[in-house]
Amino acid sequence: MNKDGFINELEQKLSGLPAEDIDERLSFYKEMIDDRVEDGMSEEEAVAEIGSVDSVVEQIMSEIPLTKLVKQKVKPKRKLKTWEIVLLAAGSPVWVPLLIAALAVMLALYIVVWALVICVYAVDLTFAACALACIPMAFIYGKDANVAGVLFSIGTGLLLAGLAILFFFASAAFTKAVIRLTGKTILKIKTSFVGKENR
Amino acid sequence: MDIQLKRGLLDVCVLAAIRNKDSYGYQIIKDMKPYLELSESTLYTILKRLETQALLTVRSVEHEGRLRKYYHITAAGISRIEEFKTDWNEIVSIYNFITREENGNE
Repeated sequence: MNKDGFINELEQKLSGLPAEDIDERLSFYKEMIDDRVEDGMSEEEAVAEIGSVDSVVEQIMSEIPLTKLVKQKVKPKRKLKTWEIVLLAAGSPVWVPLLIAALAVMLALYIVVWALVICVYAVDLTFAACALACIPMAFIYGKDANVAGVLFSIGTGLLLAGLAILFFFASAAFTKAVIRLTGKTILKIKTSFVGKENR
Repeated sequence: MDIQLKRGLLDVCVLAAIRNKDSYGYQIIKDMKPYLELSESTLYTILKRLETQALLTVRSVEHEGRLRKYYHITAAGISRIEEFKTDWNEIVSIYNFITREENGNE
């Protein structure tokens, strides 16, 4: 890919960001390519060294706060006409509750995911607590000289302790997966805000 | 490497690259290449951050019929490097403590 191809594709994929951000980034990458060409590289080599447009876009997206993207999206492209403002205000009993509902659903999903995480740990904690409870149980059986009862308590306790330990590793892995998934989802939400307008 | 630690290191590296002479993006990347690989996007973010913290200033200079941005270190930027050096001495002494037992110098 040559310089113009790279810059055009980057510009298209960044549309949706504030205009001054786009201009600054584009001129930065233009300068980088020009300086490499001046250093004796061909345009194609220079572009190849900078990396693929998608990897550049992904890095930019991960750095820009979501609020900035939303603000840019919500900002009207031109001044609203009077009748549009009237319509917006008159329609507010409809669209405001809808918006709140949508946000509430997203928040609820987020809470559900973390409730699951807490749940998994709670189960693990229960195993551990039950394992501990087997110790006094063994003593109580011991007082009555009930050998079978003592053996049963020790066996159950060990089994539960083992389950607790195994389950703890599973819980940790699950938590990591959830964190990775939420990170990816946020990146997806961000990308959904850009690059759609020119298509 | 720990992400916070790396971020702090990179900031100081970029400041060091412009300490003696004003420099521009590609030159900074070339200067740092023997020591560490720095991507364009990362450099952009670092330069932006350093500019907001007033550790460097930017000016556009005409070069071969196009504009090139030159970065100039401020007094605050220089003291940031000096701060890092002091911090580093502390880190080295902590490192010595950490590896003390491994070396068997109890």
